[in-house]
Amino acid sequence: MDWLKYKKIYFVFSLTLIFFGVFSLFKWGLKLGIDFKGGSLVEYKIAGTFSTEEVKEKLEVGYEISSIQATLDENYIFRLSSLEFENKENFTNDLREIVLEDVTELRFENVGPAIGPELIKKTAYAIAIASSLILIWVAYQFSNLKFGAAAVLAMFHDFFILVGLYSILGHIYNAEVDFLFATALLTTLSFSVHDTIVVFDRIREIIKKQGGEIYQVSNRALSETMVRSLNNSFTILFMLVALLLLGGSTIKWFAAALLIGTLLGTYSSPFVAVPILVTWDSVAKKIRARKKA
Amino acid sequence: MLTAIAGYISLPREIPLKINFANFNLEKTIKRYDPDLSFGSINIKKNFDLALGLDLAGGSHLVFEADTAGLNDDRKETAIAGVKEVIERRVNLYGVSEPNVQASTFEGKDRIIVELPGVKDTSEAVELIGKTAQLTFAQTGTEDEPGIIPTELTGAELKRADVAFDETTGKPNVSIEFNEKGAELFSSITEKNIGKPLAIVLDGQIISAPVVQEKITGGSARISGEFTLDQAKNLAIQLNAGALPISVKLVEQRTVGAVLGAESVQKSVQAGLIGVMMVFVFMVLAYGRLGFIADLALLIFGVLTFALYKLIPVVLTLPGIAGFLLSVGMAVDSNILIFERFKEERVRRDIANALEVSFGRAWDSIRDANIATLVTAFILANPFDWQFLHTSGPVRGFAVTLALGIGISLFTGIVVSRNLLRVFIKNNIQHSS
Repeated sequence: MDWLKYKKIYFVFSLTLIFFGVFSLFKWGLKLGIDFKGGSLVEYKIAGTFSTEEVKEKLEVGYEISSIQATLDENYIFRLSSLEFENKENFTNDLREIVLEDVTELRFENVGPAIGPELIKKTAYAIAIASSLILIWVAYQFSNLKFGAAAVLAMFHDFFILVGLYSILGHIYNAEVDFLFATALLTTLSFSVHDTIVVFDRIREIIKKQGGEIYQVSNRALSETMVRSLNNSFTILFMLVALLLLGGSTIKWFAAALLIGTLLGTYSSPFVAVPILVTWDSVAKKIRARKKA
Repeated sequence: MLTAIAGYISLPREIPLKINFANFNLEKTIKRYDPDLSFGSINIKKNFDLALGLDLAGGSHLVFEADTAGLNDDRKETAIAGVKEVIERRVNLYGVSEPNVQASTFEGKDRIIVELPGVKDTSEAVELIGKTAQLTFAQTGTEDEPGIIPTELTGAELKRADVAFDETTGKPNVSIEFNEKGAELFSSITEKNIGKPLAIVLDGQIISAPVVQEKITGGSARISGEFTLDQAKNLAIQLNAGALPISVKLVEQRTVGAVLGAESVQKSVQAGLIGVMMVFVFMVLAYGRLGFIADLALLIFGVLTFALYKLIPVVLTLPGIAGFLLSVGMAVDSNILIFERFKEERVRRDIANALEVSFGRAWDSIRDANIATLVTAFILANPFDWQFLHTSGPVRGFAVTLALGIGISLFTGIVVSRNLLRVFIKNNIQHSS
């Protein structure tokens, strides 16, 4: 099958996704969680029903509440700009008086404002180191910068789209960028390369054994690895969907980010990395031909 | 022929057994059924407990920032080490099982990370740990001049205080130890105050006023009295608090109640089980009998992984479970790569040959691809404690289980699946002949 015939469609599709992502990033930005921004989070189990709006209004008199979010099983997450340790007990007591129900504290997190920027830096370092090591590894393995660069470009394609889509999710569903999102991001990067290497590996093998034009070889390699790629993604998606639906509120968005990342990683290997490789090759050939002429 | 088959069958089994024999019990647990895995195996093997992180078992994660401004690098290092030790000692006196105190430095900021498993009400702990106390030893005034007169001896000269027991009466008392300068001061102070009480003042409050029995040289002394064990402990804690020379401030706190932790465990185990079941079914649907073998290999993968978690031991956190589940996906991928290759090669060769060839060829892809993932996991896990990367927290938990999972999946994908397949093919040939 001639997969590469439609490579313009793939490029357009990717660019559209990137465009929406970047648009959302500029328009709404990322919704930073307390890991990066600082602030407090308290999760309570509150038996009985009450209006979160009303409670928020009443609590706003004494505290800076940014949101109250109901999760499963009568659990409620309260986010505050900052709740000093001493005030937490007061807050819990005030809440108890307002809702008049049985209030049990489940979780309390308070992150000082200085911590966030540090974590952002550390995460940025991690991404920079990991991606350059991967670039070196791929370039070394295939003894060709073209392969390494194509794999890393596909990786950044996934990176930007994931961040962009997450910004949209943040705007619509309040998905927050936290520690776990950074982890999901890095996992996506490595999965993306993982998948790309399998396809590149096949291209290299065919070239070594039979030679041929990179366009035809790539097409053959794509056909031969497509089923594997899909099946592999299915198994990972099964795990992630289960985690997303049943894993509880703490890791819901983590699973969602990984899910998107897996889909992107699967897509980007055959439809971004390989087309980039082929295009790069043909452009390089044209330039060489022109130089000769 | 039969012995060959038996040998092949035992091979993959024996390999895990050789690595550690604790597996034998574990295998039984897993075969029974999975939901009890984390709990069940704890019951069965007490010495191989699955270590659960704070987010699963409940507990508190506290980060303190030490005020080291105005100290030069050299003194800073000793001061931080001192703070860390003091906090550690205080935490230990507080009576938490397996607390973890860790110092971390990033861009000139010094932090002490304190993890207290099982402690939910942290107000007391935070107060105790975070207190910068001024400890002084004071002489009592004379009749003309009542009150107390502070001496030069302060908490800075106090090295440590501990609960000890009187050798003859067995009653608890508190032993204190001074540094060199403190020992000198203490001996001259005690010399002047024989028969008189010596007040120990913490933050302006007299916490104890033992009567000096004799001149004490050498820098160690004992405060005895009608203490209950708790009182002695408390006094030791307070004395130690006074020995902390620089102030610390709480900058980050995460507390998870045990209820929420248990809920998370239950939910993620459930999610994992359903996910794994779907993978099992999918593999059988997609690859028939081969898929069944992959499932078997996956089971062995699970057994090995859990055994390693317990042996190392890996502290399992929620992200850690996610890392494990992801590595399951990657483990299956090794099999998928091999089977897809096998399907291709089968057309060209006989089954046994095709199998060997596809293992050889698929191995290149598996290795290359997994190394890329391992690189990322390595950076995230940060085994060398590079201070410019994450040194604690969920990111690390995730990376460790992911890296372990990939390492084991390389082993099971190649060794276990291969041997199982060989057996399978031998059987097939026998049946057809």
